Amino acid sequence: MQAASLTDGSARSSALARARRLSLGRAQWRGAIAIVAFVALWQAGAATGLIGGGNLASPWESFLVFLRDYAGDAAYWQGWLISIQRVVLGFVVAQVLGVPLGILFGTSRRFRRLVFPVFELLRPIPPLAWVPLSILFWPTTESSIVFITMLGAFFIIVINVFDGVRSVPEAYVWQARSLGAKPWTIVRRIYLPALLPAIAAGMTLGITVTWNVLIAAEMIASDAGLGRLTWEGYVSGASAVVIVGMVSIGVAGALSSALIVWLERRLTPWAEDERRRRGGSR
Amino acid sequence: MTAATPAAPRATEAAGQISWPLVGFCLAGLGWWALTTWPPLAAFARLPGPVEVFTEWVSPDPIYGISLFVPDYWLHIGYSLTRAWIAFGLACLLGIPLGIVMGWHGATRDYAGALIAVLRPVPPLAWVPLAILLLPGNEWAVIFVTFLVAFFATVVNTVMGVDSIDRDYFRAARCLGASRWAVLRDVVLPGALPAIFTGLQIAMGAAWFSLAAGEMIAAQYGLGYLIWDSYNLIQYPTIVIGMGTLGLLGYLSSALIRQVGRHLMAWRAQSMGAAV
Amino acid sequence: MNAPATDTAVTGRGAVFIDGVSKTYGSGPGAVEALSACTLAIEPGQFVAIVGPSGCGKSTLINILAGFDQPTDGSIRIDGRVVARPGDPPRPGPDRLVVFQHGALFPWMTVLDNVAYGPSRQGRLSRAEARREASALLQRLGLSPLADRYPAQISSGGQRRVEIARALMNDPAVLILDEPFRAMDSLTKQRMHATVLEMHALIPKTVLFVTHDLDEALLLSDRVVVMTTRPGRIKLDVAVDLPRPRGVEVAAGEAFLALKRRTHEAVYEEARRAFEAGERELA
Repeated sequence: MQAASLTDGSARSSALARARRLSLGRAQWRGAIAIVAFVALWQAGAATGLIGGGNLASPWESFLVFLRDYAGDAAYWQGWLISIQRVVLGFVVAQVLGVPLGILFGTSRRFRRLVFPVFELLRPIPPLAWVPLSILFWPTTESSIVFITMLGAFFIIVINVFDGVRSVPEAYVWQARSLGAKPWTIVRRIYLPALLPAIAAGMTLGITVTWNVLIAAEMIASDAGLGRLTWEGYVSGASAVVIVGMVSIGVAGALSSALIVWLERRLTPWAEDERRRRGGSR
Repeated sequence: MTAATPAAPRATEAAGQISWPLVGFCLAGLGWWALTTWPPLAAFARLPGPVEVFTEWVSPDPIYGISLFVPDYWLHIGYSLTRAWIAFGLACLLGIPLGIVMGWHGATRDYAGALIAVLRPVPPLAWVPLAILLLPGNEWAVIFVTFLVAFFATVVNTVMGVDSIDRDYFRAARCLGASRWAVLRDVVLPGALPAIFTGLQIAMGAAWFSLAAGEMIAAQYGLGYLIWDSYNLIQYPTIVIGMGTLGLLGYLSSALIRQVGRHLMAWRAQSMGAAV
Repeated sequence: MNAPATDTAVTGRGAVFIDGVSKTYGSGPGAVEALSACTLAIEPGQFVAIVGPSGCGKSTLINILAGFDQPTDGSIRIDGRVVARPGDPPRPGPDRLVVFQHGALFPWMTVLDNVAYGPSRQGRLSRAEARREASALLQRLGLSPLADRYPAQISSGGQRRVEIARALMNDPAVLILDEPFRAMDSLTKQRMHATVLEMHALIPKTVLFVTHDLDEALLLSDRVVVMTTRPGRIKLDVAVDLPRPRGVEVAAGEAFLALKRRTHEAVYEEARRAFEAGERELA
């Protein structure tokens, strides 16, 4: 009897929610129209030379170039692999270094007062500005690129985790302490689980920056990867190649963002409402 | 009214606020100096030390030609600042209105939102080659790429700001007889302002990030160019001078925006007066 | 202040007729019926409390009356004029003003500007005149000290009172209070009850007061209407004949308790039904 009433009510509630939601179909249609219009304009402008005066490859041209020279080319797909590898490595290292630092900042007042100002001093320096020093310091190009890539996400993650730690209710910590928990236990059992949403949020923000930094680093200082591909297109004046590169990078970036968002949802399903309220990403 | 805190503990508290960061900086500086003077790894030997950098920076006749006293330094600063603020200014001019219209008007949001969703994932630097091919001159290409990054950040945050306005404010305004324009002016703009300013700070940070990269690749003059050029000319202390200056300018720019925001949104002061 | 005791009774202004209003969301098998044939006739100057459990549709009814939503069936008339009807685009207006649950004072305007907002936006008064009149109203209600503060700088009780003042400033036919004190602690709530009784004695208007708190309803109103859980229907309509002007001490009196005895069971029954159906506040 009780079970039946409960399902009755919840079925009604979700029906109401469904009924009240705006028709989603319309939004998708409009979006599709906008994108199609954009591509059409681009095609017309490039083909007639109105945009770019003959320098701009049309979408169709670029697509053909892609099919002809890149889709079947092992080196191209290897470029994907190389770029993705770098992003993953840089990202993971940023997490491994950033999460503990954020926790330290949030839990130890002394450490924060000592180290945080230095951190804040370094933070506004654009990651790309580190490239020359990084090249000087690291033995291989690969390691210097991963370092730069790591930097981008590192600062974001530290700040997010720091915020997350600060918002853990002190009552939890006091209670644990009064029950005799050691500092490490407190970190493991109280902070880390409470921090999962903040870590997840930092990851979502960080992945975009990581891609941005990686591509820039590749264009400046590497001999392989999707950024390099785009740069080579530029150097040889082939806008079609540049476009193939840009689209490839965009897709790779979007895929990895989607992956991270999916991960965030899996890790912290209870924070769904908060995420909806937070809205889009930065 | 809260009881006045005794003077002595207050003084130490204030001193604590100054001295800890100072200690932190000193320790960091010392660490840097130690690592470059007695390098544990060969890699550290190649890096410039703090003493080198500082003396170079304040020297009236620097070894590598860039210091506070050299006009070229200020020229580079001028270029970077101008580019950053032009790009940022354009991003505000175009991004805030678009964001507001998008938050306000469903159709615009669907159309523009889809385009932004498709274009945004492309890293700013990947736009540079195309921008150079299409725009008149590298200068505009760098500014354009910087603008793009700031633009996206501004739009997204403005839309979020409009979204965050409680529906009840709209209802109240309409009840009270406000026309659509009045609602825009009296509810949407002030309501979204906090989020807009957060977005502007983010946009400013993103602009400097993108600008530095753009200058390194494709510009003459500017701090990014200076950094890269110094590297190529084996003028290592100048690299650090450039980095530090970039960081400082970025920080000051964001702080300026924050201050303007604080001024415009005086009503946000969350102080409780006497309970009534 | 010698405001006529029932100026609305004299002019007959503020008569509300809710005629068979129904509201169904969606259509087909997934449709949800929020309101079902609600009929209610309210005399000018009457203070009517609508009581019901969460999700019973009382907010839906209020939204339709206020002009934020339209009914699927039935109509609402104020002083003979239709303000809500199926097919009519919902249109809110200053003749039926709402004081919201979480407060909707514009945080970026001072109290004075908030109160002056209505008349100046409707073009009835110039901005300076509106501010003068607002100032006078605030003084009449004892809220002058707050005039130059921002909403964030005053207590929630103060905010709610200012919001009521803002509504009264526009001389609405109907004043709608949508669970305005729900989020307050009980001490502030008692203070607000006293304020509402004072304000109603000073400036009588037709009031529709939505709440889930029966005590509050009995204390403040002339008439308590109990709604059923979804689909919302009028279950019980009780006249509260406690004399006016009233003070909060009435709540301890015998007459009050007798009324409570009569109405309590009806409200509780619906609350229990709603609880079992696992309803959440939707409107």
